[in-house]
Amino acid sequence: MTFLEVRNFGKSFTSHQLGSTRQAVENINFDLDKGQFIGIIGKSGSGKSTILKSIYRTYLPDEGSIYFDSKRFGFIDLFKASERQMIYLRKHEIGYVSQFLNVMPRTTARHLVEQALMEMGAVKETAAIRAEQALTHFDLDPQLWDTFPNTFSGGEKLRLNIAIATVKEPRLLLLDEPTASLDQQSKVKVREVIEKLKASGTTLIGIFHDIEFMENLCDKVFDMKNKSCELVHGG
Amino acid sequence: MYEQPILQVKHLNKQFGSGCRHCTNAAQANLIKNYCPKCGTIYACRNVSFDVYPGEILGIVGESGSGKSTVMHCLYFDKEVTAGEVYLHDPEFEGLNLLTISSQKKRYVRNHKYGMVYQNPVKGLKMNFSSIGNIAEKLIAAGNRNVTAMQRIGQDLLETVHIPLFRMKEAPGNFSGGMQQRVQIAKALSNQPPILFLDEVTTGLDLSVQAAVIDLIKLIQRELQISMIVVSHDLAVIRMLADRTLVMLNGEVIEQGLTDQILEDPAHSYTQQLVYSML
Repeated sequence: MTFLEVRNFGKSFTSHQLGSTRQAVENINFDLDKGQFIGIIGKSGSGKSTILKSIYRTYLPDEGSIYFDSKRFGFIDLFKASERQMIYLRKHEIGYVSQFLNVMPRTTARHLVEQALMEMGAVKETAAIRAEQALTHFDLDPQLWDTFPNTFSGGEKLRLNIAIATVKEPRLLLLDEPTASLDQQSKVKVREVIEKLKASGTTLIGIFHDIEFMENLCDKVFDMKNKSCELVHGG
Repeated sequence: MYEQPILQVKHLNKQFGSGCRHCTNAAQANLIKNYCPKCGTIYACRNVSFDVYPGEILGIVGESGSGKSTVMHCLYFDKEVTAGEVYLHDPEFEGLNLLTISSQKKRYVRNHKYGMVYQNPVKGLKMNFSSIGNIAEKLIAAGNRNVTAMQRIGQDLLETVHIPLFRMKEAPGNFSGGMQQRVQIAKALSNQPPILFLDEVTTGLDLSVQAAVIDLIKLIQRELQISMIVVSHDLAVIRMLADRTLVMLNGEVIEQGLTDQILEDPAHSYTQQLVYSML
């Protein structure tokens, strides 16, 4: 059963001020079955993030389609989904983790995780318990739970970021270089989480610059070349 | 569609001036921005349409003079519209164009269904009434008559917006700009409206006060699930608050989308200019 189907997808960026257009990616095709883990590698600027951001609709694609097997809306073309449908999918079905923590300021780590759960309809008490579990799992020092994340180190921010995204148990999780600035120990933690998510049936697409680290985890690996992607492993 | 909007705005038009044959035929070529050089008519809102869904925050951005506030004033019946339809999804007003109902009914909608926070607190508050009196005024307009109950509601609200209760009998004229804005928010919330209009509520406030007001708006959304339209020219405010955003220029909606998409992948040349101007 195809879970995500990317067809002839292309995206260009036009700057009206500079009067220029740049084709970021073109003619991208791949399929993903439920529970699979796809890794995307490639040089910086090769369009890896463009693919993920287009699936999440932060970028508005200009060619092709991306079909997603939604629990709520059925087989839906994410490019044609309404904004409200995307907001629903982002809350309940599709998660996105970037290298940067981009959250409401003046909110403690604990509250951020709780809010993510409550957005999905969890009651306060359940959210509180599950938030503590998630923070513990990602080895975030309990002393940090009730402080603001702007004081966190890079690794701590990232682990909090992953905690916020994964606590909602999304059906599709997009990982945009989640291990980029982490030390070995934290990377192992992230890998453990990915293993666990995969075992529980979550479908994942990840961008990694150190793909060796994810080697045995990925079902397929794509390499970005000439604005398009090429299967280099699995299939 | 899988959910119903709580407020639908269709083809809203507002012009200042009667128009002439050079500008009435929708031939935009004759206009300088939104101004007709022949007859001096200003087209403040041109064919503005959007939906607001339950519990969401809709952002409207654009430069000053783009028609953002005029949209709000038209919706709140402060200004007569030239043409257009507004529908409220509410058993009492199902299928009725709010812009054509009687003025009594308009007042009823204002008092029971809407809350408004103006950019300038002078417009929303009576500066020489006590703060709690200002809140009571709205409660009385909404049909409350029990003084004890109104006092309790007023105190709760002032506490929510962090106005110390020992100053509740003081007139907002004595307060700082940020405090006035918070009293205004308390007043707007007092009738528990399903829809709240916020017009440049953080403009002119210093950073820490701005933060307090933004936190308050977020809290209101989370706890009370009120739908809000937030007008601002500050993109940082919109990014923090809004799920979806409209961009206005010269009275028209030129682009709309998910807020992160508008900010990261703006399509229209004006939106690009706006986003790239962000510090």
